Amino acid sequence: MKASTSNIQTDKQRKLQSPASGKSRLPIDRAMHGLFLICGLVSVLAVILITLYMIVSGGPAIAKLGVKEFLLGNVWNPEAGQFGILPMILSSIYATLLAVLVAVPISVCTSVFLTFIAGKRTSSICLFLIELLAFIPSVVYGLLGAMLVVPLIFKLQSIAGLPQSGSLAAASIVLVIMILPTMINVSTSSIRAVPKAYYDASLGLGSSKIQAIFKVVLPSAKSGIAAGIVLGVGRAIGETMAVLMVAGNAAILPEFLGSVRLLTVGISLEWAYSSGLHREALLGIGLVLFAFIMIINLILNYILKRGGVNN
Amino acid sequence: MINPEMKSVCDVPMPEKSGPNLTIRRRRPLDTLVYGFIFLCSAAVSAMILFFIGYILYKGIASLSLSFLTTAPNPITEAIGILPAIINTLYMVFLSLVISIPIGIGGAVYLQEYATNTKLVKTIEFTTETLSGIPSIIFGVFGYIFFCVALNFKVSLLSGALTLTIIVLPVILRTTGEALKAVPSTYREAALGLGAGKWYTIRTVILPSASGGILTSVLLATGRIVGESAALLLVAGGSAMYMPKGNFLNQIMGSGATLSVELYRYAYVRGDTDIGFAIAVVLLTLSVALNLGCRAINRKMNGENNE
Repeated sequence: MKASTSNIQTDKQRKLQSPASGKSRLPIDRAMHGLFLICGLVSVLAVILITLYMIVSGGPAIAKLGVKEFLLGNVWNPEAGQFGILPMILSSIYATLLAVLVAVPISVCTSVFLTFIAGKRTSSICLFLIELLAFIPSVVYGLLGAMLVVPLIFKLQSIAGLPQSGSLAAASIVLVIMILPTMINVSTSSIRAVPKAYYDASLGLGSSKIQAIFKVVLPSAKSGIAAGIVLGVGRAIGETMAVLMVAGNAAILPEFLGSVRLLTVGISLEWAYSSGLHREALLGIGLVLFAFIMIINLILNYILKRGGVNN
Repeated sequence: MINPEMKSVCDVPMPEKSGPNLTIRRRRPLDTLVYGFIFLCSAAVSAMILFFIGYILYKGIASLSLSFLTTAPNPITEAIGILPAIINTLYMVFLSLVISIPIGIGGAVYLQEYATNTKLVKTIEFTTETLSGIPSIIFGVFGYIFFCVALNFKVSLLSGALTLTIIVLPVILRTTGEALKAVPSTYREAALGLGAGKWYTIRTVILPSASGGILTSVLLATGRIVGESAALLLVAGGSAMYMPKGNFLNQIMGSGATLSVELYRYAYVRGDTDIGFAIAVVLLTLSVALNLGCRAINRKMNGENNE
C-alpha cells in the first residue's frame, strides 16, 4: 500500500511535468480522455449499484420477516414460512475460522520454505504448482472433496455413531486447500519485501536461521501476513460451489461432524425454485453475506493502510 | 568505535574448529523441530497438488473420448457429450472479454496516464479492491436482480457475460495497470518530443509496449470466466442441455450451462462423477495451458527488460 501511494505521488509529478497533461488542443485527445475516464468510473459505478441493489432487495425482506427472527431464528423451513438463518451464519463463521486456523501455519511455513530454504529451482517449481492450485475452478475442488474428503469423514462419523453425510469438517478441509494459494502468495511476497539486511544483521548478531526468520523477518512482515489472512477469510466465507458439494447442506446448527449449510450455499441451493417470500428471504441472506464481506474489506483496507504508516 | 555489545560477542571463546558449519552446530533442538515442520508443510502442499492432478487424470481419462467432446447429450439415444457446454463456454469467454477488455484497459490507461486527481484515483482503486473481494455468489444475486430482471435480459448467456464482466474487471485493471506502470517514462517523453499527441502516444507507443501485460490480463480473465460457476448458475441457467440456436442475438439470449456449471450438474445433481471427472480433465488442461501461457509471457517480458 505504501508503494502504491508513493507511486500515485510520483505519477502525479510525472503527469504535471509532462507537457501533454494540460488541456490538449486536439479534439481526439479530449474525446479519448473522456472515454478513458468513463472506463475508469465503471468499477465505481458497479460497486455503488451492487451496494444499492443488495440493500434495496434484501432490506425489505429482512424488515418484513423481523430482524431478530431472521438473524437469530434457529429454524429454516420455507414451506412453513420459518426463515431463521442463525444456523447458516454460525456454520459460515465456524467453517471459515477452522479453515483459516489450519491454513495460517501451513501458508507461513511454506512461504518461509520458498523464501529462505528452497533453492531457486525448487522454489519456482513449488510456486508454479501453487499458482496452478489457484487456477483450478472451484467445482473441481468440490468434486475432489466429494470423492476424497467426504469418504474419510464418513469413517469418522461411523466410529462416532453419527449418520453419514457431508459435514463441517469436510467443508473446512476443502476450504483450507482453496485459500492456501492466496495466503501463500500474499505472505511470500510480504516476506520477500522485508529487507535482506534485517535477516543478515540478525544472523550476524549470532541468532540461528530459525530465530532470525521467526523473531525478525516474520514480525516485520506481519501486516502483509495479516492481509493474507483477511483475504483468506474473505475467500472462505464467499466460497459456494465447492462447499455445496461437500457440506451436506442441512440447515441445522453446526457440529464438527454434522451436516451444515453455509450462507452462500443457502442462496444457491434454493434459488432456482424459490418464489415470493422465500426468494425475498434468500435476497436477505445475500444482504447479510454482503455485509460480512464489506466488513472484511474494510478490515483489510485498515490493515494495509496501518502497515503502510508503520513502515 | 567498537560497539560494546559487539565486543562481548567477539569475546566469546570460539569453538576449536570454527568454519562454515558454525550455524549447524549451534542449532537448537527447537530449530530442528521447526525445520521439520516447515519441510513437512511445503512437501505436503506440493504432494497434494501433484496427487490432485494425478487423481483427476486417472479418474477422468477413461470417460474422455472424441465423441464425448463433439456430441450433444441426447436423452433418447442416451448419448452423453459436452459439445453444448464447450460452445457455451466459448460464447461466454468471447462475450465477456469483448466487453470487459476495452473497459479494463481504458480504466487502467486513465489511472496510469491521465488521472491527476489523487482522490479520484484512490476512489477507483478502492472500489476495484472491493470488487475483487466480493464473492461470485453475490455477483450472481446482483446480476440476477440487475441484468436479468431490471434490464430484462432474462436468464441468458448475455446476462452471464455482463455479470462476468464485473467479476473480471479488477483482474484486468490491475494487471494492465502494472504493465503500463512498467513502461519507461522516457518512451512517453520521446513520443511527446517528436510532436505526438497524447492519444497517439498511447495508441502507438504505450499500449504496444504494455502488450505482454495486457495479454496476461486476458489469460487471467479467461481462467476466471471458465472457472466461474456459482454466479452463472443464477444468471445464465444450468438446467437445460442447451445447444445455441438461431441467429447470434437469439443465441446469446438463450440460457445455457458452461463447462464448470455442467460439471456441477453432472457430478452433484445427477451423481455421475465419472463424467464430472472427464469435464474436470478438460478444465484442468485449460488451467494448465493458461497458467503456462502467463508464465511464458512473464519470462519473455523479464528477459526483454534485462537485456
